[in-house]
Amino acid sequence: MFFGRNSFLSSQEEQPRTENGERIGHGPSRSSTGSRSDGSAHLDVSDPSFESFRELVSGSDLQSEVFGAPGSMQSENAPATARSRLFSVISSKGPQAHDRHPSSSSGAGGPALPAARTDARKERVVYVDNPGRTNENFEFSGNKVRTSKYTLISFLPRNLFEQFHRVAYIYFLLIVILNQIPQLAVFGRLASLFPLLFVLVVTAIKDGYEDWGRHRSDREENNRLSWVFQNGRFEPKRWKKIEAGEVVKIFQDESIPCDIVLLGTSDANGVAYVQTINLDGETNLKTRYARQESASKHPGLAPITGKVVCEPPNRNIYDFVAYLEIDDTQAPLGPNNIILRGCVLKNTAWIVGVVVYAGKETKAMLNSSGAQSKRSRLEQHMNKETLWLSFFLLIICIAGGVGMGKWVHDHDSDLNNFPYYKKRDTADKKFMYYGPFGEGVFAFLSFIIMFQIMIPISLYISMELVRLGQSYFMVRDVEMFHAPSNSRLQCRALNINEDLGQVKYIFSDKTGTLTENKMEFHSASIGGVDYSNVLAAKISGTSDSSDGMQVEGSHLKSGVRLDPNLLELLQTEVTSSEATFVHRYMLVLAACNTVVPTRHSGSLQYQAESPDEQALVFAASAYGYTLLDRTTSTIVLDVLGEQKSYKIVGIHEFDSVRKRMSIVVECPDNTYKLLVKGADTAVMDIIARPSEQVESGSGSLADGHLQAGVLFATQRHLDFYSTQGLRTLVVAFKDLGQPEFEEWHEKYKRASTALVDRVKLLREAASLIERNLALLGATAIEDRLQDGVPETISSLRNSGIKVWVLTGDKQETAISIGFSCALLTPDMEKVIVNANTKELCVEKLKSAIREHGITETKDVHVVEKNLNAVKGDSTRKKQLALIIDGNSLVHALSPDVEELLFDLAVACRIVICCRVAPLQKAGIVSLMKRRTKDMTLAIGDGANDVSMIQTADVGIGLSGQEGRQAVMASDFALGQFRFLKRLLLVHGHWNYQRLAYMVLYNFYRNAVFVMMLFWYILHTAFSAQTALFDWNLMFYSLIYTSVPTIVVGILDKDLSHKTLLGLPPLYGVGQRNESYNSVLFWATMLDTLWQSLVLFYVPFFTFQGTTIDIWGMGCLWAAAVVVLVNLHLAMDVLHWTWITHAAIWGSIVVSFACFFVLDALTDKGFIAHYRVMFHMASTAVFWLNILLVIVVALLPRFCAKVLMQKFWPSDLHIARELELKNRAAISEFVKSSAPSPRMVELDDVPYSDKESKEDE
Amino acid sequence: MSNDAASSSAGASAKPSRKPKYSKFTQQELPACKPLLTPGWVIAILMLVGAIFIPIGAIALLASNSVVEIVEQYETSCLPANITTKEARIRYIQDDTTEKSCPMTLTVPKKMNNPVYVYYQLDHYYQNHRRYVKSRSDKQLLDGASTSNSDLDSCKPLKQFNNTPIIPCGLIAWSLFNDTYLFSRQNSAPIPVNKRGISWKSDRDHKFGSTVFPSNFPNNLNRNESSSAFIGGAALNVSQPLSEAEDLIVWMRSAALPTFRKLWGKIETDLQAGEIISVNITNVYNTYEFGGKKKLVLSTASWLGGKNNFLGIAYLTVGVLCIFLAIVFFLIHYKTPRPLGDTSYLSWNRKGNVNGLS
Repeated sequence: MFFGRNSFLSSQEEQPRTENGERIGHGPSRSSTGSRSDGSAHLDVSDPSFESFRELVSGSDLQSEVFGAPGSMQSENAPATARSRLFSVISSKGPQAHDRHPSSSSGAGGPALPAARTDARKERVVYVDNPGRTNENFEFSGNKVRTSKYTLISFLPRNLFEQFHRVAYIYFLLIVILNQIPQLAVFGRLASLFPLLFVLVVTAIKDGYEDWGRHRSDREENNRLSWVFQNGRFEPKRWKKIEAGEVVKIFQDESIPCDIVLLGTSDANGVAYVQTINLDGETNLKTRYARQESASKHPGLAPITGKVVCEPPNRNIYDFVAYLEIDDTQAPLGPNNIILRGCVLKNTAWIVGVVVYAGKETKAMLNSSGAQSKRSRLEQHMNKETLWLSFFLLIICIAGGVGMGKWVHDHDSDLNNFPYYKKRDTADKKFMYYGPFGEGVFAFLSFIIMFQIMIPISLYISMELVRLGQSYFMVRDVEMFHAPSNSRLQCRALNINEDLGQVKYIFSDKTGTLTENKMEFHSASIGGVDYSNVLAAKISGTSDSSDGMQVEGSHLKSGVRLDPNLLELLQTEVTSSEATFVHRYMLVLAACNTVVPTRHSGSLQYQAESPDEQALVFAASAYGYTLLDRTTSTIVLDVLGEQKSYKIVGIHEFDSVRKRMSIVVECPDNTYKLLVKGADTAVMDIIARPSEQVESGSGSLADGHLQAGVLFATQRHLDFYSTQGLRTLVVAFKDLGQPEFEEWHEKYKRASTALVDRVKLLREAASLIERNLALLGATAIEDRLQDGVPETISSLRNSGIKVWVLTGDKQETAISIGFSCALLTPDMEKVIVNANTKELCVEKLKSAIREHGITETKDVHVVEKNLNAVKGDSTRKKQLALIIDGNSLVHALSPDVEELLFDLAVACRIVICCRVAPLQKAGIVSLMKRRTKDMTLAIGDGANDVSMIQTADVGIGLSGQEGRQAVMASDFALGQFRFLKRLLLVHGHWNYQRLAYMVLYNFYRNAVFVMMLFWYILHTAFSAQTALFDWNLMFYSLIYTSVPTIVVGILDKDLSHKTLLGLPPLYGVGQRNESYNSVLFWATMLDTLWQSLVLFYVPFFTFQGTTIDIWGMGCLWAAAVVVLVNLHLAMDVLHWTWITHAAIWGSIVVSFACFFVLDALTDKGFIAHYRVMFHMASTAVFWLNILLVIVVALLPRFCAKVLMQKFWPSDLHIARELELKNRAAISEFVKSSAPSPRMVELDDVPYSDKESKEDE
Repeated sequence: MSNDAASSSAGASAKPSRKPKYSKFTQQELPACKPLLTPGWVIAILMLVGAIFIPIGAIALLASNSVVEIVEQYETSCLPANITTKEARIRYIQDDTTEKSCPMTLTVPKKMNNPVYVYYQLDHYYQNHRRYVKSRSDKQLLDGASTSNSDLDSCKPLKQFNNTPIIPCGLIAWSLFNDTYLFSRQNSAPIPVNKRGISWKSDRDHKFGSTVFPSNFPNNLNRNESSSAFIGGAALNVSQPLSEAEDLIVWMRSAALPTFRKLWGKIETDLQAGEIISVNITNVYNTYEFGGKKKLVLSTASWLGGKNNFLGIAYLTVGVLCIFLAIVFFLIHYKTPRPLGDTSYLSWNRKGNVNGLS
């Protein structure tokens, strides 16, 4: 309902239906490192690019933007990295080392050591199964949660308190207070309170409604049941009653009520699987472990006595530091031993755990806050104009005050004898007379009260309502519904709708954004032979496993491209060296990963943390190597129909420094093998070189000459694959000799149990054996482009938006993707910046700038002009495309060089940045944001895009394969990249046009009214008297004229979506601020001045020297101004639906009804106005005046419009004419004059006659 | 919070489709009329406005011209010739002892059909001054003495006199106009002036109480009893309820502008062209303090009200202007036609503009 306000917990409604996700913050270069085999891979701080990037950003505002944002959990990944470095520094000093108990279970890799901020004295002690003792100090929160803000009692004070945080309301309040001073009281007490009360009540109702929904979900949540151990058995208990220290039992598919430390599970090894989708949006199952010390115990059998000592509640969901003291032994607990509230238990019959954090102290609740608020560009401009209006207000109030002062001064001696003034009362005391100066000051203040609506406070409320309405339509656009992921557009930020219509730069991620991120095994290079012949086959058909089980990727395509030669090779029994290569290759694919097979209703499913791994496992399975089961100690494979069990001796998880993963297994034949896969750069370096002394253990495959050939061929294949846009991995292995194994094993065991520097020790152990490997081959995984990406990109480019692609891919891959998605075209000249040192980088940038005649300047437009001038040459230079890699960016983004980069990049039609780290993405966006005034938009799907999304003016998340961090951080979430075109070109355009018009109109509407009142005070001896009735003054902007602006703001449509999509350059209107700018503002104000003069002086001259009374005149003015502003709006409406008709004409009717009703009331407050309107409306002069006012007031505007359209027609106007003319003309035009051959064709559905001809 | 994540990793397909329902409304495709200011429309609209405005203007002008009006300014002419300074004038007007009747003659220029309205017109009199407009108590006018003290606060500075509330209180009532006119024909036959029905009926019935009688009204005091400063204007008949004090009711409908007329009475006989009417004016209302003018006006009325050419002229002017504009636009369109939807006008197609896109 109220988009974007929900906590991340409650936004589960938008879950992507994906199987595989990826944990937060993977390494900087994804496709090359490829094997994101390690879920917990953090962005490594020792990564050189990251280091220098940090230096670069330190001190700049980016730091706060990227590292800040403490309110949002999605930004956790960036600080997490920074913090982990901090920890490693601190932990090496180790003053608190004894407090930390890193988990020794697998998967706890990475530098996620205990939070240094954990204060040992503040640790929390939870006594297992002893809630009484645990809670005796009442320091721990109960499990009752409250996401609602208010209670019945606190609603009024708290809501009012919050509302008055807005400056606008303070302004209102001040006006009301001023009006209570007798000398200043312009309005009746009640009438003056009305506007403030109105906005307060409207806002309170809105807030209350939102909160009521939260109340309901809280109630539902708090009353759910879980099995809690009490009275010697497990009994159901409401969630809100659960306390820290209690032991709870959760069954399969149940939600976890609070943060619990696992004690035991139905699995003998103490393994439990949980789904964390509510927490981090990831859809794959995570494994959690119970400590062996407690796994055997069950509270039903014997009471468990022990305690959990853990850190105080914090919001880091990837970290948990504690130890379990049970039976006098201490067992360290880590993030793998805790299950957080909001998770769902899967594939595990039951678990038993002790509650450590409950209710509002759970990590989930601690994270459930914080939606960032952005202000739209239009609103920022608008504020400038609002200042101008304040200035006008001040001017007219000062004019009035000075006028009053002077008038009083001139008549000072006579005033007491003026029948209409009389400064002394009957007792000869001064009555409200303070001399010329005092009277002037009081008059000034009175005028402020009287003219208060010059500052269009109601505009802010109207804008919120309009944006809400716009969001309603955007979300419901069927064209932006993505059926496969069942996702609509989500508007998460409510206040930047109109920014979508002004985007100038798009920064796009590649994987998962332009591509589907659905990995498919494409080719294999094994032993120097390329197997990439395609034979699509069903996996199930080829899987000749004994039990006939089916492997189906629930969302992956079940078809895997199989190479017949390879298949044949695998199935023949011949033992050639070729076959040996192939078998080992397949073994690595099947075993060297972190994929967890699960069985679901008989079929095997793979839970993988990275789509690449899943693809590889599927491929291996298709070729006959099926991964059947994986526990912490063994891997069971179905090798060509034969079940084989491999014992896992050690795993070196993926990390972004090594960029590879290796696993040591004991084969069924009791030999030890090291299986490795990783990025080509990371693995090729540790391949045994032919020239080197080949170690004995490497076996026959490591034969020098053979390896040399394989190495050469594989390298060639790798290059070929990358030019095809494929993601590559290198596969290698090594037979471990006994001494080597022993040496490593010793070191590994020590490292994996170490409390300090475990990561470092493990890395050392890995480096011991990860050398002189035998190269097996390479894999190529295809990540296909999403539907409609090339069309979308060319449309966006035609609309004047510059698309930048920021990717972690290799340069070749990036370029090839660039071509395939129409970003790069063959006629473009590529400028490739690829430098390792700063000097080189600067040199390259400078030479590129020189070469292409780009002037170094800070002004973008000058650059563009120069560039255009160059282009305008007869030779017509080629368009430029800048391709820059991460290493160069490290230098190019440094403060002294960034200007060069900026100049070059702005001059290029497209920019591709490859091998960039997440923070570099944000750095680039930040650079553009700082240096241009143009709107930036970032779109991405993964955790690595989060910082970029948050930095950009508009952040768009794709709810794709990689979890929901990007969506969480975004302002809008889309199902597919191609919807971006519609979002920007259609909805963005409409939003911008509508809101821009609405703002101008609102300025006009209020100013014309105020000016009309102002002219009157020139004829009242500068006294703050209005002819209008108090209630008409108050209702004017709230009732008489508010609905039409809102309706028009939501529904008016300048052009149909077909035209907008067919003529992308129309989008430029928003980019050039054509619908809202200073010129338009001043023109509107001039028009306002004219209209207010007409409004005032037509009745003035008509009734000069007649018997007209003040209230009768006021009725005429009120009626005239209401009709006038509504007709003014009507004149500008471009799209009349019945709703528009109802709003505009209805508004006039309602206003008149109000006039009559107010004048029929005889209460004290209304009697002064009794029957005035009836008298006025019965005269012909009244109606003739209104007609005259309207025509004379609108005539200049009408003529100006006609002349503008005649001599300076805007693009939008021409397009409207085209629409009117006919549909065929547009298609024809699109074909003939399209600026680029890539212009998207319109679909051939003809316009319905109704739509375009109705007005003719 | 929605923990009902029934969607297991495999069973997600059970989720209902979130596809938005198609309707013309949600897709923003409601049938609509899309007006466009094409030259034809523009010319038609302007011609139409001209065609409507010119006749209205003509009729209004005729109506205004049919009104016969006699205006006689008398605030200086009714003074003795030797009184020229402001101070002297004020002294003169405040002196109750001098006779202030002022005979005048008016010539009827054209036949005036009855009813002939008798107005007085005051200039530079800010009846719309905020202090003045507020200085009344509508409640007291209706309820009289029972009105609570706080309701009378708005009457200040004329709220009470000698610590007793004034009825009717406030500056407006106090400053009631009190010049009187006696009309007679040449043959000294008096012309009766009907002073009934000059105020709004709704005012008489609902705003001024029929049981409220003036009391403690400063103007009713003899000038000698009190400082002359407290005599503002006309005295009120203490035995006449406010609802019948039509002069007061008319006066208390504050004028919108500093120059205003108020209806004084109606002459219900025709006045013939050329007839000479003598008026005996009692010039007692003090406008000399603020230099205000006083005029006596005799006027007939048309359906449009009194004599005012403004509306007629304005309508005629605007009507003619519209026709003129229509012709101008027609010529412009004729001389330099721009075909509807000429794509060469699009910014990215115009010559010399390569900025749009490339």
